[in-house]
Amino acid sequence: MIRSMLFLPGNTPNMLINGDVLGADAVILDLEDAVSPDEKDAARILVRNALSRMGFGCQTVVRVNSLDSGLLDGDLEEIVPQRPTALMLPKTSSREDILETDRRLTALEARLGLPTGSARLIPLLETAAGIENAYAIALASPRILGLFLGAEDLSADLRCKRTKEGREIDYARHRIVMAARAAGVEAFDTPFTDVNDDEGLLADAQYAKSLGFTGKASISPRHVEGINRVFSPTPAEIAYAREVLAVIEEAKRQGKGAISLHGKMVDAPIVNRARQTLDAARALGLSGGE
Amino acid sequence: MPDIIQRATAGTMESSDAYVEIEPREGGLEIQLESVVLYQYGQDIEQSVRAVLLEYGVENALVSIVDRGALDCVIRARVETAIRRGKGGRP
Repeated sequence: MIRSMLFLPGNTPNMLINGDVLGADAVILDLEDAVSPDEKDAARILVRNALSRMGFGCQTVVRVNSLDSGLLDGDLEEIVPQRPTALMLPKTSSREDILETDRRLTALEARLGLPTGSARLIPLLETAAGIENAYAIALASPRILGLFLGAEDLSADLRCKRTKEGREIDYARHRIVMAARAAGVEAFDTPFTDVNDDEGLLADAQYAKSLGFTGKASISPRHVEGINRVFSPTPAEIAYAREVLAVIEEAKRQGKGAISLHGKMVDAPIVNRARQTLDAARALGLSGGE
Repeated sequence: MPDIIQRATAGTMESSDAYVEIEPREGGLEIQLESVVLYQYGQDIEQSVRAVLLEYGVENALVSIVDRGALDCVIRARVETAIRRGKGGRP
């Protein structure tokens, strides 16, 4: 389960080597925007070595360079053999972008003797076209692990100002969650970029969770703990989920078709939600989830 | 595999990093190492540097390393980058 994803610049050793102690469920080792053009070669070698020699103790995602950068094949060549959890593909705008990446990955996996499809993808949707094509992108390949919203570039593409309130990305957030859930993949929210505003971070993360996002990215280690907290089931949610499953069992025993809990009808969606809550609690090792 | 054809550098002087400089040289390898942990780990670091040079078939070069407390995988990465650049490789 990935609640928090922390971006770490791919060419900065003193940040990479601390990646395992910052508490994120996943680190995103960045070969794209965080690396200057004349250091791209150095970053991909450093990230490759870090993946092969350091146990990050969490899931690892590598943001490679985009299809049109001319750098993608070199990135894949170094990174794919290290088997990170997923590759994040920036500026994914269409189904064709995924099909082309899938074709390159399939050829590389065959050459390396890796199982076909073992390299998973998280498309970074950060263009208007990418948002509009979200569902087709999510369905384009079984490699897709989840969709990721990139709000900074998207705002530039929309020719609007990126604000803390985020009204300008509201449609994109809804669209990504809908597309991801319809396709059966995860949905990851854009970072909250004011690293000194802890309250703003919590409000932004709670809003993303309320829409259905799986988790949220961060550009600062100080946001990780708050994101993890927001995207974890609370003790009250876990207790309620256990009650729901208990009354459903009781109803089955009594041969009842319908049952209520605290005055509210317990129907299939509520039972599904309760199971999801307990699955998440179990995955996170939270008390009451067992 | 061609030897080093041009002077090249990689890495930085920031903490946990290493700054590596490589240049063409006749008559074998010379490795100059400066490190805060030279006394404890100097031999290990030199061994890592030689392993990467061997992997790339570099037999003639002057390699200078300023280690700022880098992990072994970081030193190896910086040496490899310097070698590739020294052989004319581009990002």
